[in-house]
Amino acid sequence: MDLLEYQGKQLFAAHGIAVPSGEVAKTVDEAVAAAERIGYPCAIKAQVLIGGRGKAGGIKIAADAEQARQHADAILGMDIVGPHGEGPFRVDQVWIEGGSDIAEEYYASIILDRGEKKLLAMVSAKGGMDIEAVAAEDPDALVKRHIDPTREFDAAAARSIVADAGLAEDALDQAAEVLVKLAEVAREEDATLIEVNPLIVTAGRDVVALDSKVTIDGNALFRHQDLAEIADTVDDPQEQMAKEKGLTYVKLDGDVGILANGAGLCMSTLDVVAQAGGAPANFLDAGGGSKAEAIVDALTVISSDEKVTAILFNIFGGITRCDEIAKGIVEASAQLDLGVPLVVRLDGTNSEEGLAILAGADLPNLHQEKTMLGAAERVVRLAGGAS
Amino acid sequence: MSIVVGNETKLVVSGLTGREGSFHGLRNRAYGTDLVAGVTPGKGGQDVEGVPIYDSIREAVEREGANTSMIFVPARFAAPAIDEAIESGVETVIAITEGIPVLDMLKTYWKAKEAGVRLIGPNCPGVLSPGKANVGIIPAQFFDPGKIGVVSKSGTLTYQIGNELKQAGEGNSSIVGIGGDPIVGSDFIDILKLYEADEETELIVMVGEIGGDAEERAAEFIAAEISKPVVAYIAGFTAPPGKQMGHAGAIISGSSGTAQAKKEALEAKGVRVGESPTETARIAVETLRG
Repeated sequence: MDLLEYQGKQLFAAHGIAVPSGEVAKTVDEAVAAAERIGYPCAIKAQVLIGGRGKAGGIKIAADAEQARQHADAILGMDIVGPHGEGPFRVDQVWIEGGSDIAEEYYASIILDRGEKKLLAMVSAKGGMDIEAVAAEDPDALVKRHIDPTREFDAAAARSIVADAGLAEDALDQAAEVLVKLAEVAREEDATLIEVNPLIVTAGRDVVALDSKVTIDGNALFRHQDLAEIADTVDDPQEQMAKEKGLTYVKLDGDVGILANGAGLCMSTLDVVAQAGGAPANFLDAGGGSKAEAIVDALTVISSDEKVTAILFNIFGGITRCDEIAKGIVEASAQLDLGVPLVVRLDGTNSEEGLAILAGADLPNLHQEKTMLGAAERVVRLAGGAS
Repeated sequence: MSIVVGNETKLVVSGLTGREGSFHGLRNRAYGTDLVAGVTPGKGGQDVEGVPIYDSIREAVEREGANTSMIFVPARFAAPAIDEAIESGVETVIAITEGIPVLDMLKTYWKAKEAGVRLIGPNCPGVLSPGKANVGIIPAQFFDPGKIGVVSKSGTLTYQIGNELKQAGEGNSSIVGIGGDPIVGSDFIDILKLYEADEETELIVMVGEIGGDAEERAAEFIAAEISKPVVAYIAGFTAPPGKQMGHAGAIISGSSGTAQAKKEALEAKGVRVGESPTETARIAVETLRG
């Protein structure tokens, strides 16, 4: 689960890391009122879960109330596309914070290194810019050091990292303290990624986190009540519905609704539908051992997306029993007005019983296919042909 | 031979008194796995369909000679249960539980490494050596004994490919589900090593998916250390476009973690990568038969 900048900063503040104080606003009037309380100059920053906000025009400095209104009006409601073409992400809230007098801009991060199975600390004196470019063009400018999982990460260890990164001498102690606290955030809040870019030194020589990118391990939310509440806020209506029904659903842009069991098979199903020229409308993993009710729920969610013109069921039953899936399809057809063709491929545990149930129900909009590839081709044709 | 589990496996299941644990544990026994004990603290002295229950894994090791532990306990209690297994004296721990916090697994991973215990999973379907032993939730009926070793991050995708191999008349030496979590006890490389040394295995099918750089690392390892043919499949070419938040991930691995990057890394080292599970099975069968 990714946190918005201001949520990350609130987490930092709770662990004693200096951040500019600010307020969140959802309307232009709220933003102007916040700016008036905070004073000028102030920064108005789009709160979206993607990098490259500055370049996209999502971060502006306001010198007075008129500018604050202008910028908030421009930023709220804008669509931001990520540096690698991700999104667009609609801005529905802004964070307003006091302007900072910046003397230096550094980079600091703590991340889970999956390959090495350790936390990794990275620090650079070249912050405030694209750190991937720094790493590629001037690798020595980025100091990377693993944190020994069996030992305490103390100020001395942190200080040697920030010193090697070449930060200003008079900022070393504070920067080391920030790094120790970032590692504490990782461990205590179950964060798998924490990135501060820039970590600034102010004209008054204070070290302050001016931005935050934080990813929290979704598996650990049971022990973080406050963060679990953030995770509960989902904007998309289908994703919200899926969440309430306990389904793993991700909405995509296409018109072919997809349901499969298991994340790997579901991803593979998206791939073969795309290879057949179709555009998947969603990712929905029905999980292992799905019962008929779960299938009704899943079809409810998929068919509530108005873009969907055909639905593909790709089930290879292991723990999941195909007869349960078939019962779910028959029940869903009776309860919901699907109105779109359904292509079903059932294989694996109890597939013959499942196929017999479907044959017996004689549903008008149902098409059976024996293979995954055949089913993908069929559903793409039914959805309106290759795109 | 086979790898990880086989005729010599003596299995103890943590969570055998639970609904899932008993269903799968007894299913494994019905397949022929030597299920010697179950463990549930406070329920020592009871039995589940004749399988004795102990309070600790160590007791099961001492009294029943268990050498392989399967973990089927709920996520929030699973890491301590795996730690207990690591310290109990078993050689192999297979953790099926999904949803374990990754920082818990980080500590547990190093415990297993230091103790020299082979950890498979978590969040994996387990290991099946057809005709010998099944530890986990893999539906054994879709696999026959044979010459193809499978190692996979994904459960259902493995069943799909395994079933296509079976229909083509081929079988498996073992099927190892390593799990798709960020931190797993055994990576592709650990299992590739075992298949390389296993006489029964003539070809290896490796099933990966987006995220991390385990496939890229495996590609390097295959080029350097594996003499047997390897055929790969990668899922997730059209996966929800990852909204990349920070840049730190790409910096450490030098890889974007995308399916395309993994496919290219493998092909650059001479590993054939199938476009679909069906094509992957077809390439594997063709390669095996020369």
